[in-house]
Order: sequence, then structure tokens, then C-alpha cells
Amino acid sequence: MDEITSTRMNHGIDPALHVWGWEIPVYLYLGGIVAGLMILAGYHILKAGRQQEKVSYPYAPVLGVVLLSLGMGALFLDLAHKVQVWRLYTTFAITSPMSWGSWILQLVYPALIAAAILHPPERVPFGQALLARVRGWSAWLHDRPRLVQTIGLANLGLGIALGIYTGILLGAFGARPLWNSAILGPLFLFSGLSTAAALMHLLAMVQRRGIDDDGYADALLAGVFRLMDPTHCRHIMMRFDASFLTIELAIIALWLIGLVSGSAVQQQAAALILGGAWTAAFWAGVVILGILMPLLLQGLELAGRIRHTVIPAILVLAGGFILRWVLVGAGQATGWN
Amino acid sequence: MARLAMVIDTRLCVGCADCVVACKTENDVPEGFCRDWIVEQVQGAYPTPRLEIRSERCNHCDHPPCVGCCPTGASHVHRYGGVVLVDHDACIGCKACMAACPYDARFTNPKGYADKCTFCIHRVEKGQKPACVSVCPTHCMHFGDLDDPESEVAQLLRSRPNHALLPAAGTGPRVFYLT
Repeated sequence: MDEITSTRMNHGIDPALHVWGWEIPVYLYLGGIVAGLMILAGYHILKAGRQQEKVSYPYAPVLGVVLLSLGMGALFLDLAHKVQVWRLYTTFAITSPMSWGSWILQLVYPALIAAAILHPPERVPFGQALLARVRGWSAWLHDRPRLVQTIGLANLGLGIALGIYTGILLGAFGARPLWNSAILGPLFLFSGLSTAAALMHLLAMVQRRGIDDDGYADALLAGVFRLMDPTHCRHIMMRFDASFLTIELAIIALWLIGLVSGSAVQQQAAALILGGAWTAAFWAGVVILGILMPLLLQGLELAGRIRHTVIPAILVLAGGFILRWVLVGAGQATGWN
Repeated sequence: MARLAMVIDTRLCVGCADCVVACKTENDVPEGFCRDWIVEQVQGAYPTPRLEIRSERCNHCDHPPCVGCCPTGASHVHRYGGVVLVDHDACIGCKACMAACPYDARFTNPKGYADKCTFCIHRVEKGQKPACVSVCPTHCMHFGDLDDPESEVAQLLRSRPNHALLPAAGTGPRVFYLT
């Protein structure tokens, strides 16, 4: 027998740690998608520059700014001492992943905005004067290929940093055995890439169906893949997504191997998703619905065996969120006791 | 620099929770929360079970993970005695320190900042003992400088079997339990 009775009953701490609710999974999820969008946009800015290939993602950066702002809004809601939030952006603590994240995010915004300026929209419902000015900036940038290349590299590099950061934020907590693995960095990076590719895939589908032939909504969505054939785009995104999902699956397998072959506390932590309270959410939500099903459906679609639908993209997007939700929830419940 | 530490004799502790009440009174700890608490651990089997009663709190670790993960520097090691403290005004309430602490010794004060045991540094700097140590009716709690070989805590740790909590977590806890 080894029985422990404690008089401590601090809110959020006992009986099991639960200091982070829905806000942190949402922040990590949206941050991951933005990271993926930046990498895809950065890659194609560089590729277009080198090969003169007519491939571009003009609205991916704008979408990134919107999603990142929503994610940071969720993070702000989680803070218990909101009035002091400005300190996060005026202090740099070299040993704190959260501090690194806050500074990466400060660099992400200008990189996304610069990438957005490269490809201004065709039409806007208001702000014509501003659009004309942005087009001027865009032309100025396009006259400077090295600057365009720098913007591409910045988006690629910061996207990778942001994607890895969202995993390292959890992986650096030695007190939580389920999280305490550097492999969470690559896991969240590839999950971010797969969800970003799924989002672009979904938008390409919406564009194909069309919302309003002459309206601004259609113009906006058409702009996402302005220079691409939507069918071609769907296929590219499906191939990207299938690659990212396969790598994600391999990383999950490696992470699990690390846990079950680790110390006693890591094995106890692994038990939460290998028969414990989070098992169904992890295997059904993350692995089956979020990875295996989309892989199967996309494979059948690419082979022409079934009709193309938005279902795989929706499943990948849902699976990406469930991954963060399970990891944040289950990881908090693990410890050294 | 001194390394302040606490040594608690589990053979004398009766779990009366006077230390808990003293702490709450001295530090105005909000209702429903505590900075120190009583743990009873029963190990073994009849007829030779072993009961250990412990007064637990922040371990003011030599390598505090709560300090390393703090994005604003609010969690810091105090210049005197290596005591781990929180600057309430600099804390943004991100709760990273709570996730980083293997002892779950911290909590969010209703005012928004991270809260925990301070070893009553405000009393110690005036030459007094922490409130919990000063009220213990069985005199099971001892406080002093671990680096001073003549201190009561150093002598007790040399002369009696003892253990700290979760040594495998590698944080270097400075609250010790005599057995």
C-alpha cells in the first residue's frame, strides 16, 4: 500500500492540475495553422521567384494575420493578470519558451504583412485609395527580386520557428511527463502544415463551387489561388496533406515509443492515452478521424475511385484541434507523484 | 550567498495544521487556498505499515523550473537565501510556472498573479523565523542556512536520516524531512 492523503485543495491545482482550459489548445491550433500557411506561402514565393512558376498564395498571409490575431486573443483571455500583458512583449527571458514565442510572434506579423503586400487583392469593397497605395508598394517590391526572396525566406523560417515553438512550449515542461519530449516540436510543426494545407484545400473547394460570381466574396476566395487552376490546386494540396499526415503519424508513433520505453512516470503518463481517460479522444479523434481517414479518402480520391469532397480537409482540421485539446488536457493531468 | 532551507522532523509532526493556519494568517492567503498543507502517507502493509506526516510547501529548489519558464522574470530567485519568489506586479498570470512545478506548489491568486510560499522572507530578513516554523507546537520544523555547517538545519541533515520530495525530478528541493 502507498496511500497519500492531502489537505491541499487549491483551485486549478487539485485533485489534478488544470490551469489551462480551451484557450491554450485554440491558441496552439491557430498558431500551428498560421505556421503552416507561412511555410506554404514562403515556399511558393521562393519557388515562383526561382522558376517563374505561376503559383502564388496571395491571401494566405492575410488569412494568417486574421487567424494569428484570433489565436493571440485566445491567449490573452487565458491570462489571469491581463493588465500586465504588455510585459510579455517588453521582456526577453532566454530560458522561457513562452518568451521566445512572444518575440517570434512580433516578427511573424511584419513578415505576414510583407507577404500580403506582394499580392494585393483584385477588388475590395472599400478602401480603394489604400488598395492603390498597396499596389504601388507591391510593384516596388516586385522590382526588387532579392527583397521578395527575403520575404519568402522570412515567411519560411518564421513559419518553421512558430510551428516548432507551439510544440516546444509544452515539450519544455519537465514536470509533465506526457509533454516532456522535444519531438512535440516537429509533431506540432507537421500538424500545423497538414491543417494549413487542409484549410487551403477547403478554400479551393469553396472557390470551385463559387459563392457569388460577381461579388467580392468570390473575388476574395478566387484570389487565394488566383494564378492556379483550382483542380490542380486541390491535387497539390491533397498530395501535400497526405505527405504531412504520413510524417505526423510517424512522429506520433515515435513519441509513443519514447513514452512507453521511458521512465516510470512517462509510462504512467502514456497510460492516459493507452487505456486511460484520454484514450478514445486520442485514438478516435486524432489518429483515426484526423489522420487515417483523411489519408484513406484522399488516396481514393487521387486514384479516382471516389468523388472528391471536402470531408478529408474537414477531418484534418478537426483532428488538428483534437490533438492540441487532448495533449493540453491530458498532459496537465500527468506529473511526478 | 546563504541557501535557506527547511528541515521537518516527521517523527514529531502530528499533522495539527497549525503551520497552515499561521501561514494563512501571516500572509493573508485567500480563502480556499493554501501555501502550505499537510500530507499523510501510509506505506507498507499490516502489521508493519509506516505513516509519515509531512508539512509541505514550495521547495525553493536550487534549480527552479518555475523561474526558468517565466516569460517576464516575475518568478525569480531572491538575492537573499536563494528563496524563490514571485513579483506580483510583473506576473501576467500565464500559469506556465504552475505547469513547470513538479510539486504543484503554486496557485493563481484571485487577484491574478501566481502565489506560493515565500519562506516568509519578510520575516526572515528581519531575523525572524517563518510563521509556520515559529508556531509549531511540537517544534518539528527547523529553518536556516544550508551552506553554514554550524546551522541547525545542516547539523540535523548530517545526523539524521532524511529525504526530500521527488529528488528524481532534478530540481534540487530545499525542504527536507527527517525520518
